[in-house]
Amino acid sequence: MTATYTDPTATDAAGRRRLVVIGNGMAGARTVEEVLARGGGEMFDVTMFGNEPYGNYNRISLSNVLAGSEDEADIFLNPMDWYDDNRITLRAGVHVTRIDPYAKVVAADDGTSTPYDTLVIATGSSSFFPPIAGMRRDDGTLLPGVFGFRTLDDTRAMAVYARGHRTAVVIGGGLLGLEAARGLQNHGLDVHVVHAAPTLMNAQLDAASGEILQRSVEALGIQVQTDARTTAILGEQKVTGLSFADGSTLACDMVVVAAGIRPNTAVAEVSGLTVERGIVVDDQMRAVDVDDVYVVGECAQHRGEVYGLVAPLWEQAGVLADHVTGTDLSAAYHGSRTATKLKVAGVDVAAMGLTAPEHDDDEFVVFSEPKRGVYKSLVIRDGKLMGATLLGDVSKVAFLMQAFDRGMPLPEERIKMLFDMGAPSAEVGAAELADDAQVCNCNGVSKGAITACVAAGTTSVTGVMATTKAGKGCGSCKSLVRQIVEWAADGDVQEDPSASWYVPGVPLDKPSLMQAVREQGLRSVSSVFAALAPDGREDAASKMGLASLLHMMWADEYEDERDARFVNDRVHGNIQRDGTFSVVPQMKGGVTSPDQLRRIADVADKYDIPMVKLTGGQRIDLLGVRKEDLPAVWADLDMPSGYAYGKSFRTVKTCVGSDFCRFGVGDSTALGIALEERFQGIPSPGKMKLAVAGCPRNCSEALCKDLGVVAVDGGRWEVYVGGAAGAHVRKGDLLATLDSADEVMALTGRFLQYYRENANWLERTYAFVPRVGIEHLRSVLLDDSEGIVGDLDAAMKRSTDAYSDPWADGRQPATPGQFRSSLPLTVLPQVPVR
Amino acid sequence: MNVLTEHEVAAVDEIPVGEGRAFAVDGTAFAVFRLRDGSVHAIQALCPHAGGPLADGQLDDCVVVCPLHSYAFELATGAPRSGPTPLVVYPARVQDGAVLVSLPG
Repeated sequence: MTATYTDPTATDAAGRRRLVVIGNGMAGARTVEEVLARGGGEMFDVTMFGNEPYGNYNRISLSNVLAGSEDEADIFLNPMDWYDDNRITLRAGVHVTRIDPYAKVVAADDGTSTPYDTLVIATGSSSFFPPIAGMRRDDGTLLPGVFGFRTLDDTRAMAVYARGHRTAVVIGGGLLGLEAARGLQNHGLDVHVVHAAPTLMNAQLDAASGEILQRSVEALGIQVQTDARTTAILGEQKVTGLSFADGSTLACDMVVVAAGIRPNTAVAEVSGLTVERGIVVDDQMRAVDVDDVYVVGECAQHRGEVYGLVAPLWEQAGVLADHVTGTDLSAAYHGSRTATKLKVAGVDVAAMGLTAPEHDDDEFVVFSEPKRGVYKSLVIRDGKLMGATLLGDVSKVAFLMQAFDRGMPLPEERIKMLFDMGAPSAEVGAAELADDAQVCNCNGVSKGAITACVAAGTTSVTGVMATTKAGKGCGSCKSLVRQIVEWAADGDVQEDPSASWYVPGVPLDKPSLMQAVREQGLRSVSSVFAALAPDGREDAASKMGLASLLHMMWADEYEDERDARFVNDRVHGNIQRDGTFSVVPQMKGGVTSPDQLRRIADVADKYDIPMVKLTGGQRIDLLGVRKEDLPAVWADLDMPSGYAYGKSFRTVKTCVGSDFCRFGVGDSTALGIALEERFQGIPSPGKMKLAVAGCPRNCSEALCKDLGVVAVDGGRWEVYVGGAAGAHVRKGDLLATLDSADEVMALTGRFLQYYRENANWLERTYAFVPRVGIEHLRSVLLDDSEGIVGDLDAAMKRSTDAYSDPWADGRQPATPGQFRSSLPLTVLPQVPVR
Repeated sequence: MNVLTEHEVAAVDEIPVGEGRAFAVDGTAFAVFRLRDGSVHAIQALCPHAGGPLADGQLDDCVVVCPLHSYAFELATGAPRSGPTPLVVYPARVQDGAVLVSLPG
């Protein structure tokens, strides 16, 4: 099929010329952004061709995606809307095969030919696969298990293949190879790096720092072999190993080739453009010998240099855009002094210019501390910084980059360039940085651009990052960007408004949300979305928090929609890693009986329960129960649910108390059982775990519970709130000392209800109590300073009255297939039986 | 190659609105979700991250969230909002009260 879009000599109806860009990567997209920023939207009808079937994304972050530290969605630079909004025709997945620079038309593999007035070639580069025997099959495709590391598809394919395989070898110990190794390690693989040169990252580092880097990388559990030249990849159907020039072999399941990149120049070559290592350009980024063809990025060769970093690319795109839009016809690119600062496999590295002295009178300042993985060196000539290498500690990199970039005068005591000698803190550093100092080296954003953005009214860090793109590359400068924004805004930094929303899908904080819910009588989660969410859109991540809130607010009037519940609350068990559930029957105050224990034992036998375990909350956990067995297990147990799965009131731990303990001064077990009976199962923003101790020895650990009660001599009880002993450890604050168990019951109800009404979703009491302050709680709950104690009591009573045992669901499923297996082909449980 | 065969897997009422249920046909396990707008979507049964049962996930009109580690996937395309790899999506529709899913082979 052949289709021609327009008459090759015509401009469009608006009189716009046709700008065609081959390449939709970082260079192509940045160039178009620069053109649009100079009013290019009025001048040009823009068409972009991209090999990959996606919008453009930040290739630098692929290693983070592989490592799992960044989501795919976060690395896209321009959403698809950007193309529409700027009237750009994106032809994703279409490959340009030929340029006719005389007819001014490009031909693509879908049979189309597209005319241009101005053409930009931004084809970037591809993984270089060195000639290694066995790498490819007869049909030219890579042997299964061999990967390049260049595209999102490469990254996805590696992640998929990594599952079910154990050992990976990365060929190439440069930046990309080390990043690939670190990423694969996060997928649970044993990873080796084999590198042909004597030291890692030899393009940027000298031998001494390369060796220190190697030690740091090996300390992460990545095995490194240098001086290892790979001669063959072994395996017939898929990779089984490698062999090396010295005759040795290494068994592995997977090989990643990260032996460098090569500019994509094929389309330029077949079209007759001048190509050496890259497509040769002049100082205006124009291809030599042809008219109206520009080249930008990794495929361009300028004054003999081909750059593989982003900073030069941004400079090139700016010059190109100045030129094609006529904004500044004298704009010229003079080449870049490349400085890199990055984190490779978890190690900070910065390198610029020379790595070693070249002349006899060059100064060479070196600090080396191999044990800590720190190395710093400087090359100074005629009082000017010619090069610097920093490893492990890059705290001085901002100053060194400035000095390197503009040949600033250097301090007489050279050591001051390597260390802060009792010197200014980072905040002062933000103030002292020159206005044109580059802060974001990925996106080429200066301190001046950031301060200008703040001055123009954007005072949130996320807003400044979105506007300037500072920190949107590798992200290593984010903390510096934040410091500069804070400094420029003089402390008046706005926080992201969504941080205060109760749930992400409804733009309201908790008090406003509760007010709207009450005023509009919204009793179901779907009605909240319909009335209060943008465009009435449902949001899966918001359902559980809304269900909890509405359940708390409406109690028996709450319209329960099962889909708003998390699976744990649908089937009343805690989902386990293999898709089975845990069953924890209620055991009030941790007190049980021979009859209960017999039933539990019988159930464990009858249903082949793989593990029976005591919980931290003084109960018995039956683990590995199949979903379809849950109703029968509950029926045989004939005990109520212990709620060990919900964001709800869980349990009350007790000590043996005064009946048996010779130290006990209060009947802690009786009080614990009464508390559990009263407040069982009520939903809340976070878990509520309680305890009662019969004396200050605190055997039931009441001081570190959401609410803990401690008996003290004289028949009195201390009530502590906001304690924790999980991921966060905090001793509770003393709320009150009370005279009777009845008062403890009443105050507990008030505190729990106040927490339910005022805490953010998933905010445990250990965060809530310090946030509102113990004095505030005392004044509200004990002195009734806000006149709400009666309301709190009434609301809590309504909730406790609405309680029903969820395990009664087992007799009559609430929905069709409520207890149907979600893993129909998997034999469960998959855990070892103890 | 990629020949799809349509199978009747359930009556639509067997899947509660806003929830998912899992089915298996000839060794292929998949999860079917019924949205509030009446449409149905079918995807692979296991989360590619750690094998979580996606039919137990919560959903909205766009994504399903795995119940184990909260990775989210678009129901229509299988594309990950977060998480390692895209899901396999099977064409699904409702006809005369029956859920029909097209599976390879």
